[in-house]
Amino acid sequence: MRLLADLFLLIGAAFALLSALGLLRMPDTYNRIQAGTKAVTLGALSFILGIGLLYPEWWAKLLVIAGFILFTNPVGSSSIARAIHLAGIQSWQRAASDPQALKAPQEDKSA
Amino acid sequence: MDNISREPPLTLPHYLFIFATVYLLWLLLVGELSRHELILGGLVSLVVTLVSAPHLLIFGGVKLRIDAPLHLLRYLGYFFVALIRANLDMARRILSPSLPINPSMVAVETGLRSTLGRLMLANSITLTPGTLSVDVKGNRILVHWVDASPGVDLEAATREIAAGFERHLGGFLR
Repeated sequence: MRLLADLFLLIGAAFALLSALGLLRMPDTYNRIQAGTKAVTLGALSFILGIGLLYPEWWAKLLVIAGFILFTNPVGSSSIARAIHLAGIQSWQRAASDPQALKAPQEDKSA
Repeated sequence: MDNISREPPLTLPHYLFIFATVYLLWLLLVGELSRHELILGGLVSLVVTLVSAPHLLIFGGVKLRIDAPLHLLRYLGYFFVALIRANLDMARRILSPSLPINPSMVAVETGLRSTLGRLMLANSITLTPGTLSVDVKGNRILVHWVDASPGVDLEAATREIAAGFERHLGGFLR
């Protein structure tokens, strides 16, 4: 049981790391949100599952936390996306002629 | 918010549903089933329901049918598979050195009429592989794609994703 719990905690940490990496590597806000939301949601659920295995008496509260995370995380992401969309910021496009465009985005409005 | 349709007024079953939801939340937070907590929770839930229900018109989107829980379970199963696939997909993109992304925006129409239905659909789209809900206007949801490969019919692909969720959501939401 202890081993399984540690495994889930490790998976959660790995997805949190991936999401942080995604925030660094993605070129604009929309794509950063894409990387951030998904990985953090599953990472947090994995954390909660791991903690639930370590402390089975906490399952009820953990279930409530998981429910709130599942519901509020995408809402928050969509709100940010909607705000920058209404502000008129376009999504980053890969320049067809320049495969190295990623390393030097012409104009990083999202920063 | 003129573009969102009027919510239908709440009926008695909806009041019971809100009461049951609040009561369940209370019991989960308390974490024990002693008689003391059951009675106190019931009283608090009753007061909360009566006070807050007029402001919770969003619950009018819930379809109270006998097979609704079954649809909810099927939706959850479908949703978790999509969530895990989304994460593996995103992990692959983030870790590959060339960062294979090609962003694009597409609008998709939904058949769900209630606010709650559209909220759930938009949330589900956000957590599926490669898509993010950006805006909801009337019955159209604006979706951002992280990887719009050339040659793929994006409109059709988006409709397919929305339809997959709608099939399950339609069972318990308007």
